[in-house]
Amino acid sequence: MRLASYIVKRIMVSIITIFAIIAFNFFLFRILPGDPIRLLFRNPNLTQEQLNALYREFGLDKPFYEQFLIYLINSIKGEFGISFFYRRPVINILIPRLLNSIILVLPATVVAILLGMVSGTLAAWKRGDKTDVTILGVGMGLYSIPTFWLGGMFILLSIYYLHLPIGGMVTHGTPHLNIFSYFSDILGHFILPFITLTLVLYGQFTIIMRNSLIDVLTEDYIETARAKGSDTIRILKKHAIPNAMLPMISIIAINLGLVVGGAVLTETVFSWPGVGRLIYDAILRRDYPILQGAFYIIAISVVLANLIADILYGYLDPRVRY
Amino acid sequence: MKEELGRRWKNFKKFWNIYRSNKLGLFGLGIIIFFIIIAVFAPYIAVHNPDKTNPAEYLLPPSQKNWFGTNEVGQDLFSRNIYGSRISLIVGFLAAAVAISIGVIVGLISGYFGGWIDEVLMRVTDFFLVIPALVLMIVVAALLGPSLINVIMIIGVLSWSSTARIVRSMALSIREWPFIEGARASGGGDFYIIFKHILPNVMPIVYANAALTISNAIFSQAALVFLGVGDVSDISWGSILHYAFSSGALGTGKWWYFIPPGIFILLMIYGFILVGYSLEEILNPRLRRR
Repeated sequence: MRLASYIVKRIMVSIITIFAIIAFNFFLFRILPGDPIRLLFRNPNLTQEQLNALYREFGLDKPFYEQFLIYLINSIKGEFGISFFYRRPVINILIPRLLNSIILVLPATVVAILLGMVSGTLAAWKRGDKTDVTILGVGMGLYSIPTFWLGGMFILLSIYYLHLPIGGMVTHGTPHLNIFSYFSDILGHFILPFITLTLVLYGQFTIIMRNSLIDVLTEDYIETARAKGSDTIRILKKHAIPNAMLPMISIIAINLGLVVGGAVLTETVFSWPGVGRLIYDAILRRDYPILQGAFYIIAISVVLANLIADILYGYLDPRVRY
Repeated sequence: MKEELGRRWKNFKKFWNIYRSNKLGLFGLGIIIFFIIIAVFAPYIAVHNPDKTNPAEYLLPPSQKNWFGTNEVGQDLFSRNIYGSRISLIVGFLAAAVAISIGVIVGLISGYFGGWIDEVLMRVTDFFLVIPALVLMIVVAALLGPSLINVIMIIGVLSWSSTARIVRSMALSIREWPFIEGARASGGGDFYIIFKHILPNVMPIVYANAALTISNAIFSQAALVFLGVGDVSDISWGSILHYAFSSGALGTGKWWYFIPPGIFILLMIYGFILVGYSLEEILNPRLRRR
């Protein structure tokens, strides 16, 4: 029962956050200097009548709250207008791009979390000695590497040594004989962006895991377990790691924004056709509807991922429900 | 006054003695000082004019004359990299100052007053904590147009949430301390207590957090400029990388164009992270080694 009301509360918070994102988006594009119609059409020869007709057509003659209401409903329906560049509805362009992003981001995040847990645990347990300093040093080093530069380094490496594909998701212009050659082509394009994103995220997750675990290891019950004569592996497995997992889940959820940021930069460098690369192209083309839609869809994804993490957290740790 | 200074100096010396024993922290501090020296003395270190173009000498690999080679318009890349340290430091410090000011004020008010003020402020903080900052910065920067001030403000205004959270949780516990009760009993107003008594006690953690905020700001600025939404006409490491990428020099293997600015960004961020981390380890009793 408690869990149910906790979940309802979290869902309410998520809905409010999404509402805030929509409102934010609405006002963001109203702080733009200049008149939207003049900005959009860039035609100095428009007469006042033509301008008025355009205002009416775009609903800009309506009162402010009505404009907001229309915007709100459209956002919920997924209508973000027409792309300046593609001349097609933004949502139709976003959805396939989002799938491509997930293909890249999900495996990289999962692998980074698993690797980060292993090395973070090792560092926390060997606290203060050489293993810890090495792992922490490498973790912070990876965390400091600008994502786009690491990607560029792999491109250089590929040009001179590895000879892997460095751009796009498939090789254009070569027909694929069967499904296997198609997938192996995608896999070849996948390797470098995947390694780049995984390495950057791995650094962050290692540090997070180490600190969570150190926090737990200073608790009294660990001391008790040690006094009772439990061996190292047992203390870690039975007491420390399960308790460190909880803060881990919530910290990872909060840091999902970083995952997204890393993905945007990685996709840009490798021309991976996801939402991130779309954002880069939209910046170059001044394609504001795409930018707005991409921000919206990314923010919603992060809020939903957070909601899942929150519910998981509530399920695993009864304390937060009260 | 003199006594106060003497006490501060003593406290600083005591702190320095602990800090000195932290090797990683010392190394980080060394890196930061190294870059500050480079930024200050850039005109004396850079042997060429960083803006001077020379169409005859474009994309030359490193040589005796151009240590880091030249770019696609024949500018000396060594000089540009040296001058580039300035923007990163300026943006890092100023954007962090904006972020920390907002974060400290929000955190103090939220933690001290509690109740509905706390509830509202923390929901707003959560909002900024959850939404992907870099993507939002891209959108806002693309809309507002490229200028250094815009980039500093955008990074600052979107990076305060973690500071606010930390300060709030400290203020929550400090306001229960007996001496706060005493100050209130002797007629101290809310804002007097907040700034005179609570603020000094949260400052150490704020300093540790500041180093991390600075490193985030340096990264964000480089990323924004690399993506083409910052000011690409300023000489910065981000803009060198932007042109190396967008001119196709990277895709054709011009390594001397792409490698140095990235190493500088990495080193500078690493320096700040090491300092922040050491400060946290010294100031947070739970992380301190037993």
